[in-house]
Amino acid sequence: MIEPLLRIEDLHVTFSTRRGPVEAVRGMTLSLDQGETLGLVGESGSGKSVTGFATTRLLDAAGQVTKGRILYRGKDITKIPDSDFRALHGAAMSMIFQNPRAALNPIRAIGLQIVDAILSHKRMSKQAAADEALKLLRAVQIRDPEQRMSAYPHELSGGMCQRVMIAVAISCNPMLLIADEPTTGLDVTTQKIVMDLLAQIAADRGMATILITHDLGLAAQYCRRVVVMEKGRLVEEAAPKTLFHRPQHAYTKRLVAASPTATSRIEDLVADDERTQYLAVVAASRPHPDPPSGTPPLLEVKNLAKRYDQGLPAVADFSMTMAAGESVGLVGESGSGKTTTSRMICRLVDASDGEIVFDGESIGHLPAREFHRSRFRKDIQIVFQDPNESLNPRFTAFDCIAHPLLRLVGMRPGEALQRRVEECARRVGLPLELLPRFPHQLSGGQKARVGIARAIACRPRLLVLDEPTAALDVSVQAVVLQLLDRLRREDNLGLLFVSHDLNVVRMMCDRTIVLRNGRIVEQGESRALFDNPQTEYTRELVDAVPHIGLSAGGPVEALSS
Amino acid sequence: MASTTLRHTVFILRGNPLTGIAAAGVILLVLIAIFGPSIAPYDPVASNVSEALKPPSAAHLAGTDQLGRDTFSRLVVATRLDLVIAVSAVGISFVLGAVIGAFCGYTGGRFDRSVGRFVDVMMAFPLFVLAMAMVAALGNRVENIVLATAVINLPFYIRFARAEVNVRRNLGWVEAARASGESHGSVVLRFLLPNVLPAMAVQMSLNLGWAILNAAGLSFIGLGVKPPTPEWGIMVAEGARFISTGKWWLVAFPGLALMLAVLCFNLLGDGMRDILDPRMRT
Repeated sequence: MIEPLLRIEDLHVTFSTRRGPVEAVRGMTLSLDQGETLGLVGESGSGKSVTGFATTRLLDAAGQVTKGRILYRGKDITKIPDSDFRALHGAAMSMIFQNPRAALNPIRAIGLQIVDAILSHKRMSKQAAADEALKLLRAVQIRDPEQRMSAYPHELSGGMCQRVMIAVAISCNPMLLIADEPTTGLDVTTQKIVMDLLAQIAADRGMATILITHDLGLAAQYCRRVVVMEKGRLVEEAAPKTLFHRPQHAYTKRLVAASPTATSRIEDLVADDERTQYLAVVAASRPHPDPPSGTPPLLEVKNLAKRYDQGLPAVADFSMTMAAGESVGLVGESGSGKTTTSRMICRLVDASDGEIVFDGESIGHLPAREFHRSRFRKDIQIVFQDPNESLNPRFTAFDCIAHPLLRLVGMRPGEALQRRVEECARRVGLPLELLPRFPHQLSGGQKARVGIARAIACRPRLLVLDEPTAALDVSVQAVVLQLLDRLRREDNLGLLFVSHDLNVVRMMCDRTIVLRNGRIVEQGESRALFDNPQTEYTRELVDAVPHIGLSAGGPVEALSS
Repeated sequence: MASTTLRHTVFILRGNPLTGIAAAGVILLVLIAIFGPSIAPYDPVASNVSEALKPPSAAHLAGTDQLGRDTFSRLVVATRLDLVIAVSAVGISFVLGAVIGAFCGYTGGRFDRSVGRFVDVMMAFPLFVLAMAMVAALGNRVENIVLATAVINLPFYIRFARAEVNVRRNLGWVEAARASGESHGSVVLRFLLPNVLPAMAVQMSLNLGWAILNAAGLSFIGLGVKPPTPEWGIMVAEGARFISTGKWWLVAFPGLALMLAVLCFNLLGDGMRDILDPRMRT
């Protein structure tokens, strides 16, 4: 029997906190052969990153391996002294992180940073190391590597920075590379390029890879074996196909169901109980009658544009219409102008040009700084991207939800307000006992619910959703998406859904608009648009989305054959 | 909420007992400032030439000065004046600086740039000389000492509030407040400012010590409180004449009072930074 490259046996990692020790990993066992690619999947708090950090001994001071062994080529590396471990770093194992820009030194040219990594493990002249660094930049497919050697991290895009990180990580030919959420925060097309590159390099060099990710689709596409973690334990381990088509463990089943794919429907996202509830609501909600002909659309945007001081316009010639109760998706990569557009429609930012007609009345003429006085302010509300940043740290959940009611509906503190806030909380499924809590005492999902409750408190007619689930775990995302769809049906609410997640948009939206560099590239009925994209750009976007429902022969097989 | 804050405070104090000592010292100073005139054993301005220049003894804990006034009584009574000058000066510069700085940080643009350059010009002056010039020009009165101290503190508050607001202005909850019907002005005053207050409280505590020194310094060079009013700075200035003849207590005790007051405020400021820093709250 060949000895595995890495074997983790019954690993326990404990963090000492003020409220006593917290076990982040409790009995994790896995093994990895030479050259193998393993996916480590789980939601936040599952202990997947901690497992990675424990293996590379990068745990912060509060964390400690309390039990179990980590065997690298048969040798327990939890016991060896730090000085010996340093020799292992880089040459034996190496790690890349989520935010490449933060992982690179901002005041040192990238070429020098690669040279540093080489020289810390190999004895060679600076010139030889520089030549080596150049070769590495070529290996990670950076264009014009000679010029890029002297570039600083801020001069490179996020995807470029991650390639440089990969170059640093592989500079000493490690046997094992641990990639902790390497593409989170990158655009989907960039994600595909970086992941393809990583898979290629691993295959070329026979390097084993552990891909730590929350994205089941990504793990499925790039790994031969996937390990699912929950609460510090391994719950299931299988080949991706088995895992996704015949999950055994209840948690895996929930996770697989909650991950949106190209074919999922909103009602399939969450498990039986909640699903029944949702279906009941959907069945109970009578379809809203079509408005009499001649009624203006809820929202009509004509030739909207936004120009900042110089350069290309952030948004140009953006037009759309939306009927009441309709949901429209706005997709595009970072810098495509989708956020600017959503802020203009919300009247938080002034447009440079164009017209916004809400319910037959032009609302664009009132400047954004005066719009809080408009009677339409309560009709157009917004849910923000990161629930952690969208609640005032000094407001309780109650205050957050009550605030628009006090300002826009003219309610006064009292029993009526209390009842109204509680009703909103109930509608978004926020337990009433959480209302007196401050944001830092709530979980991410609970904060998201407070944000939605605040946005629907005044019974708006148009709700702009700015990546409402981008910062949430998939299981929480599933619940939030269902909630939003239910609210749309109940209140005949128009939804403008801004997102970079094509699978979510396809599922949630009747129509989709694809933006690129501030201009509309393509628009149409969502399913048709994604199934049969008309433009090259949309096709690229669609192709870059990792698929769970993989047919035989994913890219891994393709590469190794 | 209150109990977790309390627990957190206790946790910080256990790791850094100096903060507790400093807080106790500040509370003691405030008590002395309030009750000073009634607990002082002698009238601080009554002279008694037969008792002049006596070293510390049981009757006169800190000795007497050239006019036979009890130094200890003068020290105790002076606390109120020194604290009032420092607190009102810091209060004024805090309120003005926080509001101006917050609007700068929120709006950016031309207003921010012009205020920023103005602050730069102010800071290019030696600040103490600026305070001297202001008191000399406006007249030697307590209000003017307060004003001068407030003005030279202002740039720090403007910069501080500007930086703190600037990092928060694009957060979701700020935009959410606008979507909930708040104007720009009320977003700054009712949403952003309360959120930067804890950080500014630290700055205030550190500045109080500095303001006391500054007021005493002005008095020391004759541009502050006029004799015979008891004030630490004047006491040091007047006592300095007698140091060469070995009458050390005239300078040592007011100097010690100044040093302890400044030390207490600075240590409290450092401790508050730890207590209020959310990163310490894990």
